Amino acid sequence: MVSAVLPKLKEPSVIPGFGTTLGFTLFYLSAIVLIPLGALVLRAAGLGLSEFLTLAGDPRTLAALKLSFLASLAAASINAVFGLLVAWVLVRYDFFGRRLIDAIIDLPFALPTAVAGIALTSLYAPNGWIGGVLEPLGLKVAYTPIGVVVALTFVGLPFVVRTVEPVLRDLDREVEEASATLGAGRLATVTRVVLPALLPALLTGYALALARAIGEYGSVIFIAGNIPYVSEIAPLLIVIRLEEYNYAAATAVAAEMLAIAFLMLLAINLIQAYSRRRFGHAA
Amino acid sequence: MLREVSARPVAPVPRPRFARLARRRSADAASARRWQPPTTERPLARWLLIALALGFLGFVLVIPLVLVFVEALKSGIGVYVAALADPDALAAIRLTLLISAIAVPANLVFGLAAAWAIAKFQFVGKSFLITLIDLPFSVSPVIAGLVFVLLFGSQGYFGPWLSDLGIEIVFAVPGIALATIFVTFPFVARELIPLMQEQGSGDEEAAISLGASGWKTFWLVTLPNVRWALLYGVLLCNARAMGEFGAVSVISGHIRGVTDTMPLHVEILYNEYAFPAAFAVASLLALLALVTLSIKSFLEWRHGASLKAQRSL
Repeated sequence: MVSAVLPKLKEPSVIPGFGTTLGFTLFYLSAIVLIPLGALVLRAAGLGLSEFLTLAGDPRTLAALKLSFLASLAAASINAVFGLLVAWVLVRYDFFGRRLIDAIIDLPFALPTAVAGIALTSLYAPNGWIGGVLEPLGLKVAYTPIGVVVALTFVGLPFVVRTVEPVLRDLDREVEEASATLGAGRLATVTRVVLPALLPALLTGYALALARAIGEYGSVIFIAGNIPYVSEIAPLLIVIRLEEYNYAAATAVAAEMLAIAFLMLLAINLIQAYSRRRFGHAA
Repeated sequence: MLREVSARPVAPVPRPRFARLARRRSADAASARRWQPPTTERPLARWLLIALALGFLGFVLVIPLVLVFVEALKSGIGVYVAALADPDALAAIRLTLLISAIAVPANLVFGLAAAWAIAKFQFVGKSFLITLIDLPFSVSPVIAGLVFVLLFGSQGYFGPWLSDLGIEIVFAVPGIALATIFVTFPFVARELIPLMQEQGSGDEEAAISLGASGWKTFWLVTLPNVRWALLYGVLLCNARAMGEFGAVSVISGHIRGVTDTMPLHVEILYNEYAFPAAFAVASLLALLALVTLSIKSFLEWRHGASLKAQRSL
């Protein structure tokens, strides 16, 4: 039916159900995602520019956003390095327990963030298993910004591993053989032949981990200590403003975070488009 | 080579050269035992890299997981059972199961409909639609809760109207369900869409042209083709639905025994310094995560081929 009305927008097909399924998809998408997000944008727009700027430029808000962003950058960087290492080890080497390790990589996706939060806090608290060892060395992790980075590292860990792994597995070994025949040492082959081919996947994983970390709430609030201006993340500030019934301030922070999320999404899509052009596959 | 040389009627090669050749050959034979392909690392480097990777995973993943169970059982099995048998804990477990029973089927139906429309037909704006479906993954869970407060809360767009009708959404089960559906929105769809796109529509076209109805084609042709991917998506969707914290925390109002899900109950107990009880409830959720990971790995191992369609995160 829809195809009769819109002949140019859809190619004809003998399969039925286009109107029903697409209609339901659009309705459900609008009801659950688009209209609610639209309400947020409308609310933020309704604040007016000057009030929005006042709320968005509030020092406590800026401090929270800065911490969220910097801690996420740090965590994503740690994950880029170790995620690449883990992917490399899982793809290239065979060792006892490899399958088990491969399965447990996805733990941060499966473990509820609140559980991860209290576990990491107990672990890195001054009387915890690891915190107790670090405390005499003068290194405090829990209830400091370092704790935030630890929690965000946990949350973002699977992203880099899971984006790099398939690309590394499909990588043509002949290129490495060619590099070796031409006299390159192993280190030169890895850094100048293998890594450039992995770069788009690595960047995508980095951006995904970063995007996830910026919005993360559950695993962070336990370990952060939540001291305003020091270890208070932006999502927590939204919750605090809501509990004060200060909807305007909550909306302003949320709108800023949403803008950051859209920029991240754009970056990811640009990397993938570049990768498809340059390497013939999406990272 | 030696035979070739000797077979030719040429002047005999001086002896010293032969000796040198022989020495070089034996050296080659010795190094052959230690020879390794130039496309792999030395054993020492290999073991160092493995140790470093495992060490990192140990500190970040394994030790926290072990700690949950150790802390839960530290005060004895009696405390553990009592914590789980507590009426508030039982209410939280019931609510978590209820929310998952609402959110997972809703997103399952949506995932099937979206995948059918996107994979079986060619239309304008398809890739934009796929991007929109993935949108909830880029949005902070806290914002997912906030948007429904802004819509349905007492200061929200529909708030006054709803309170006139006596319908409660915020600080009640419907709000928790909505926020959970939002954060688990893409899980089933994103497993099905790439797979069904790769499978194409040939099978369905054949079934239809042989006289099968649309429903019959769906049940007998499409569904069997995607059943493992569907299960995979449902599994991940369920894990997230049961474990969601941020979105639910914003909208639930934390009413003990009424709007407390399991993750929220963990938070309440933890903040009350009831650590053994908090970790007891947390251990149930950790167990759920382990079961999810096991089934997921099993599906990947046993049905990897029928799940595979360039999976990315």
